[in-house]
Amino acid sequence: MRYVDEYRDPAAARALIARITEAAGGDHFKFMEVCGGHTHTIYRHGIEHVLPDTVELVHGPGCPVCVIPMGRVDDAIAVAQTDGVIFTSFGDMMRVPGSNGNLLEAKARGADVRFVYSPLDALRIAVETPDRDVVFFAVGFETTAPSTALTLLRARELGVENFRVFCNHVTIVPPIKAILESPDLRLDGFLGPGHVSTVVGNRPYRFVTEQYGKPLVTTGFEPLDVLQAIDMLLAQIRDGRCEIENQYARVVRDEGNPRALEVLAEVFELRPHFEWRGLGFISQSALKLRPEFAAFDVEEHYRIPGVRVADPKACQCGEVLKGVIKPWECKVFGTACTPETPIGTCMVSSEGACAAYYNFGRLHREVAVTLGR
Amino acid sequence: MCLGIPGQVMELLEVHEHLARIDVSGVGRVVNIGLLEDEHLAPGDWVLIHVGFAMSKIDEDEARRALEGLQLLGRELDDELQALATSRITAEEGG
Repeated sequence: MRYVDEYRDPAAARALIARITEAAGGDHFKFMEVCGGHTHTIYRHGIEHVLPDTVELVHGPGCPVCVIPMGRVDDAIAVAQTDGVIFTSFGDMMRVPGSNGNLLEAKARGADVRFVYSPLDALRIAVETPDRDVVFFAVGFETTAPSTALTLLRARELGVENFRVFCNHVTIVPPIKAILESPDLRLDGFLGPGHVSTVVGNRPYRFVTEQYGKPLVTTGFEPLDVLQAIDMLLAQIRDGRCEIENQYARVVRDEGNPRALEVLAEVFELRPHFEWRGLGFISQSALKLRPEFAAFDVEEHYRIPGVRVADPKACQCGEVLKGVIKPWECKVFGTACTPETPIGTCMVSSEGACAAYYNFGRLHREVAVTLGR
Repeated sequence: MCLGIPGQVMELLEVHEHLARIDVSGVGRVVNIGLLEDEHLAPGDWVLIHVGFAMSKIDEDEARRALEGLQLLGRELDDELQALATSRITAEEGG
């Protein structure tokens, strides 16, 4: 267990926090962690309360469940309610509200909605049930998109004619660009995502340094990873450097996973634009099936309502996803909107900023307030 | 869905070049390793698994670290492992 302790060592954490405090000096720094996994680590371990007041962490749009807009959930439910369809989804998406309930409620009303762990399980159901259309609700960044791609390649190889994909895969670079273009937010740097970067590598982030002059450090998921990455960002700023650095080199390679990138390119192409919850339409920010895979594409086979639905007025997920407000600043946080009865997506997914804060962060914050920090 | 779960390769399955039996928290699971074909995985190697696919090769230290981190999640890790338990990836459709 030596290795684990090494990444939770309180003395090492204290030393890093002292360095961070010193490096920040009297200035105020705002860094965005893009990935929901990092948000989780930050709240789980109370990291924002051990940081000096001069260093603020802002949560970004890196939870793929949170960024799916309501209209898209409605589309999924419309497909799920089509006669003869078996609709399969990751568990995370089941409770995301559409304008008229979620997938679980559609199931209760009679739709054949099934939970699957892997797209390969959806393909297995298709193979076993040749007389029904089996739809897989594909969501996720580049972390899960290669899995959908390989599953589609396999479906084609096997000649499975009743397997379809409702593709909602999104890509990591465009929302970062949208946030950098947003006038609402002044950021000093980024904690780059961990798992996504194992696929895409560090090269796609070059525009962050080259065009926007902000440093980015790809980061792991241990508390000390996050602290070390903050220290690396501050060191860059202090030294007048602006670079892509890799704190998570033990897993992430600069070139990513070439095989995964190859299958993504073979199966998917970029959509001209895609709606993101909170961020609106972002051009070339999502994937669709290439025409060669049209036979598997839900959007070619079913009538998709495609109606744009505004979030409920009370819900401020959009501002949370852009990092403009913190979860506890939302009007319905913890009252009307809780993990048991979520109004917005950020409260549904365990990696959503609101759920992570509700489950862990608020306790740390309350303790910190009590202790007069 | 976004959790990367570490597992150790037990055996490469002869029925399908891209499938391996992987020990995940003490239970053998069939996982697709096609995205790591350049890594030439062998029994004993550690990988991070997302939605039934091995996405990166890691070393033993990192696997232990990741597993310890996941165990802190409590219910979420249980949910993910339960989800994995429902998965029946077979040579037939296994990618």
